[in-house]
Amino acid sequence: MSNDQSQSEKAYGRLHRRLFEGKAAIFAIATTVAISVGGVVEIIPMFSTSSLSWERAGWVTPYAPLEVAGRDIYIREGCYLCHSQMVRPMRAEMLRYGEWTRAAEYQYDRPFLLGSRRLGPDLQRVGQKYPDAWHYEHMRDPRATSPGSVMPTYPWLHRDKIDPADVTASMAALAKLGTPYTTTEEGAVTARLRSDGQMIVDNLAQAGITAAWDDEIVALIAYLQRLGVEGRQHLATQGGGQ
Amino acid sequence: MEKTTTGTVAAGTDVGYDLDIVKMFFTATVVWALVGMLVGVIIALQLAWWPANLGLPWTTFGRLRPLHTNAVIFAFGGNVVFTGIYHSTQRLLRTRMFSDTLSRVHFWGWQSIIVLAAVTLPLGMTQSKEYAELIWPIDVLITVVWVVFGVNFFGTLARRKVQHLYVAIWFYMSFVITIAVLHIVNSLAVPATWFRSYPVYSGLTDALVQWWYGHNAVGFFLTTPFLGLMYYYLPRAAERPVYSYRLSIIHFWALVFLYIWAGPHHLLYSALPDWAQTLGMVFSVMLIAPSWGGMLNGLLTLRGAWDRVRTDPILKFMVVAVSFYGMSTFEGPMMSIRAVNGLAHYTNWVIGHVHSGALGWVGMISFGMLYWMVQNIWKRPLAHPTWASHHFWLATIGIVLYTVSMWAAGLMEGLQWRALNDAGQLANPIFVDITARLNPFLWIRLLGGAMYLTGAVMMAVNFWQTIRGPERPAAEPVPVAAD
Repeated sequence: MSNDQSQSEKAYGRLHRRLFEGKAAIFAIATTVAISVGGVVEIIPMFSTSSLSWERAGWVTPYAPLEVAGRDIYIREGCYLCHSQMVRPMRAEMLRYGEWTRAAEYQYDRPFLLGSRRLGPDLQRVGQKYPDAWHYEHMRDPRATSPGSVMPTYPWLHRDKIDPADVTASMAALAKLGTPYTTTEEGAVTARLRSDGQMIVDNLAQAGITAAWDDEIVALIAYLQRLGVEGRQHLATQGGGQ
Repeated sequence: MEKTTTGTVAAGTDVGYDLDIVKMFFTATVVWALVGMLVGVIIALQLAWWPANLGLPWTTFGRLRPLHTNAVIFAFGGNVVFTGIYHSTQRLLRTRMFSDTLSRVHFWGWQSIIVLAAVTLPLGMTQSKEYAELIWPIDVLITVVWVVFGVNFFGTLARRKVQHLYVAIWFYMSFVITIAVLHIVNSLAVPATWFRSYPVYSGLTDALVQWWYGHNAVGFFLTTPFLGLMYYYLPRAAERPVYSYRLSIIHFWALVFLYIWAGPHHLLYSALPDWAQTLGMVFSVMLIAPSWGGMLNGLLTLRGAWDRVRTDPILKFMVVAVSFYGMSTFEGPMMSIRAVNGLAHYTNWVIGHVHSGALGWVGMISFGMLYWMVQNIWKRPLAHPTWASHHFWLATIGIVLYTVSMWAAGLMEGLQWRALNDAGQLANPIFVDITARLNPFLWIRLLGGAMYLTGAVMMAVNFWQTIRGPERPAAEPVPVAAD
């Protein structure tokens, strides 16, 4: 480096040195301010009164107990690592999956499950696309329903049981966060789990499959079969658009 | 060299410093590097050959992928950063760490977090937010350990024997502060059970908070502290002063200010309000400038020492690391442009991008530092100097195989997902057909990853035999002016 350059470096650096480099506390505070601005500007507006409506709509209902249980299984197995839940507003995506996903459709999603990778197809509108028995078989042997699939098998979902007390705890926590559940009492939750599960069990029985209302696979099917359905129905009546 | 108040510690020696803690973090780094990379190779195999999922709950891809990312980011990346910080901070501030006890609480606390992660993630206990998967009790433990680290670090600053804070210290400070903010805000949740909780945010707001966290985990866990390491160990290894003090000031402040805005580029084409998506895109593009400022300051520090890059494996690792830093910080902003993102998002291209940063930048700068450190802390020559060169070439060729195969795979699937035929219908209506065509690329990626792991194993054996070898009563390398 030439002498001129190092002179200018010294002059330039003097201010920075006097302001910050000798004083760790001031440096730390300045850094904290610098790293806070972006987050404040981008995140805080999402909570303002006028903004809250952007992801709220009356045509979306909270997850039923069995769907909560199924969603927890979806999270436990890391399904979101290969399947996204976000149909983008692009022609090819809408041809493949259906209407693009509106913000309100996620309003009861805690946590969000948009995913970051599509090793398998997007699932945001998979609800009612296949019969219950298809999903049952798909989790048992993905290649039976989708030849060439690289998905693992999930035989334990057909063996293991959901725990109504555990689901109740999840419902209570979600209610605490503002999800409008009318009851989070264990007896009522269990009754609802049983009746919703029985409907899927009956569907499976028509395909010659024996299952029980508290099988994990039944809960997962309940969750998958509701994905994107309310949005699809609402948007169909609206003729698309916002 | 700055004027210093008279310290008890003479410049250029390690007398009075706590080197044991550095050795502890060093050892943990090497162990976790092997574990994290091995899990990476296993899940790469699972994608190429599905029976490797073994049909067991604990070994499926969905449970092992978070284990891989957490192990390489927080176990390998975290420990390597702590190794460098505990070593260089004492040297730069000419004082022992604030508290030996806090140092050890930090060390054992961090290792126990890693062990808990390695147990809970295969059991399916996860919050599902990428790089923030660990369940809430572990989140609480992370917070406590981070506060311990923060007190120890800022306590050391408070009792420093040099007034002037060298640029590496700025980057360490931004790391300590920002990770605390990110971790706490993103982890706010209401527990349902000991193992499960639900975030206070919902839907796209939750997604926005998560990617504000997620992108800045890259920015402030895998970038700023590693730039700090570069600013200390690259000049030390090259025995040259840092190229430009002025550039370091500008690119430091620009980097820490701009990085935090970039998160929404993970949510382009979502229903997130357009203004937020656009802010994320614009700030991501602007990030090229400070990123390349750091790259140039690193590369130009080698002016006059380029002949040594041919022969010194440590400098080879560092030069390739800084070059990959420049490359991936060009690629990232490119991929943040909405139209490019429309093609790249959800494809293997993203995986390739992440790994050019992780294997190329984070991994290689770490290897360079570790090779320098094992000889300087344990004061021994490398047991197998040629192995270091072999490691370098295995790693470099491995990265190239990895990133090129993922680019090809990503472009292919991105284009095939969107391809329409003459009738305006999907040209590839069966999704799984497209995934199946990725298979050859997934095997090439596996080969690249396996080569990278092999190099790391050679490094570990080399270190093991070096440390067990006879001590070398050599003089310390000449200390390099701080600026």
